[in-house]
Amino acid sequence: MQCESCGERDASIHYTQIEKNEMQTLHLCEQCAAEKGLQPGVHAGSFPLTDFLAQMGRSGPEAPSSGPCAFCGLTLDDFKKSGRLGCSHCYVTFDAHLGGLLRRLHGGTQHVGKVYLPPDPSRAEQQERLAGLRRKLDRAVQSEDFERAAQIRDLIRTMEGAA
Amino acid sequence: MSDNGFQDVGLGWLEGSGVHSDIVLSTRVRLARNLQGHAFAARVRDGEREEILDLVRAAVQETALSGGAGYELSATPILGRRLLHERHLISRELAGLAGDTPPLGSGLFMDPQGGVGVMVNEEDHLRLQVILSGLRLHDAFHRVDELDEELGVQLPFAYHQEYGYLTSCPTNVGTGLRASILIHLPGLVLTKEIGKVLQGIGQVGLTFRGLYGEGSEVVGNFFQISNQTTLGKSEEDLVEHLQKIVGRVIQYEMGAREILMRDAPTVIEDKIWRAYGLLRYARSLSFDEVMNLLSGVRLGMSMNLLSGLRVYTLNKLMIFARDAHLEQAAGRPLREAESDLHRAAYVRRVLATEGDVSADAVDAQDDRETS
Ligand SMILES: [Zn+2]
Ligand SMILES: [Zn+2]
Repeated sequence: MQCESCGERDASIHYTQIEKNEMQTLHLCEQCAAEKGLQPGVHAGSFPLTDFLAQMGRSGPEAPSSGPCAFCGLTLDDFKKSGRLGCSHCYVTFDAHLGGLLRRLHGGTQHVGKVYLPPDPSRAEQQERLAGLRRKLDRAVQSEDFERAAQIRDLIRTMEGAA
Repeated sequence: MSDNGFQDVGLGWLEGSGVHSDIVLSTRVRLARNLQGHAFAARVRDGEREEILDLVRAAVQETALSGGAGYELSATPILGRRLLHERHLISRELAGLAGDTPPLGSGLFMDPQGGVGVMVNEEDHLRLQVILSGLRLHDAFHRVDELDEELGVQLPFAYHQEYGYLTSCPTNVGTGLRASILIHLPGLVLTKEIGKVLQGIGQVGLTFRGLYGEGSEVVGNFFQISNQTTLGKSEEDLVEHLQKIVGRVIQYEMGAREILMRDAPTVIEDKIWRAYGLLRYARSLSFDEVMNLLSGVRLGMSMNLLSGLRVYTLNKLMIFARDAHLEQAAGRPLREAESDLHRAAYVRRVLATEGDVSADAVDAQDDRETS
């Protein structure tokens, strides 16, 4: 079946709609459907990571070129091609390139959510975690989730007791 | 690892409880986590995936997942993997649906109630997830957060002072949180407002996609709406923002339905009853057809035009009328044409036993048309 809008490509999207109290089914190709805003996931909804990757290093001064990641061997070119990092050390190795990318993707680079406490935490990690829990407690109180606030308060007390 | 069968695993969300469960089918929240000292999926050494699965398997025994179902997917028969995929518990890749069996080390652990679970060795080492019925974003986050706390004590997660939880893809870094809801928006599609609404969603930091059927087309007016960014906002703020926008989308949808009933009541009622009639009596149904008809019936139920139907029944049909579920019920593989016959028979049987619409609805409609 041909697309009813362009008459060229194959229709793969079939939308039923009502116009003047009449039911109509539109047969459209993906491209025309997207232009009419009828097919999410192709244009407006897709995540433009590849666009962002293509822009890496174009804006601002060129970041110093870094060699491959010492832990996993990933190179910056590998990352630009796949959009996937190789290991947690890559975040350090390619830091100069990632900061700008993360800012464009997320609007910021500082994590303000949960603070992770590793199995054998250092003193600094414990303090970070406590600060994170206090922020979490404030949010629970603000949203009047008192049951949860009480749980978080218990966590804080336990940690302060152990410190 | 014992495969504990598939009977009810991961189907708690079908119950149809929770706020707005007629419009919002389900709420899902997942957290991406990786282990310190191991490369991410793209760079793992031979044998490393199995090591990671062993570590996670040992750790889950100390959590709420202990005593639940566990699947080592490379050793799980194809039908089992298809069932888990049809229930949205594992991704296409982890299910190995492209033809190859999943690579060694691919796993899934579910809690005994089947609402919370962990996918192992997908794009990230761990993907903690929960699926609940209806619109329950905060509840869902709290549940997965608890599991995260329990697992984080056992396993050293990759974490960075500035960037938070580190993930394979930079689009997930920070909270690693992706919250999404599956929503039914026939009113907005029929009034052609859907494009505008979805565009608006894209402008407020959220993302959306249609629910795809067997092919590549969007079926049944079902859409998934999720947060797009994961870094720079707290988990609670991300969830609250989604909650607020979804609330607004529900209002738009209700408004669209009112307009439809005002401007085209006979067309809408006819569409709904035709959908019900086809599901109730047809002898052969493709899956995409079932989804599109269920959309009409769901709209009718939601607007009280088809009384006697429950959300649970309609949710159940969306999962159990899929190919792998029909094959499991039949106890053998089904060819495509055969599948369509089995599907129609299953839908008829369910609607006959628990989906008979009361005659009152029919009478009310007749009364109005003759008055
Ligand atoms: Zn076209
Ligand atoms: Zn690396």
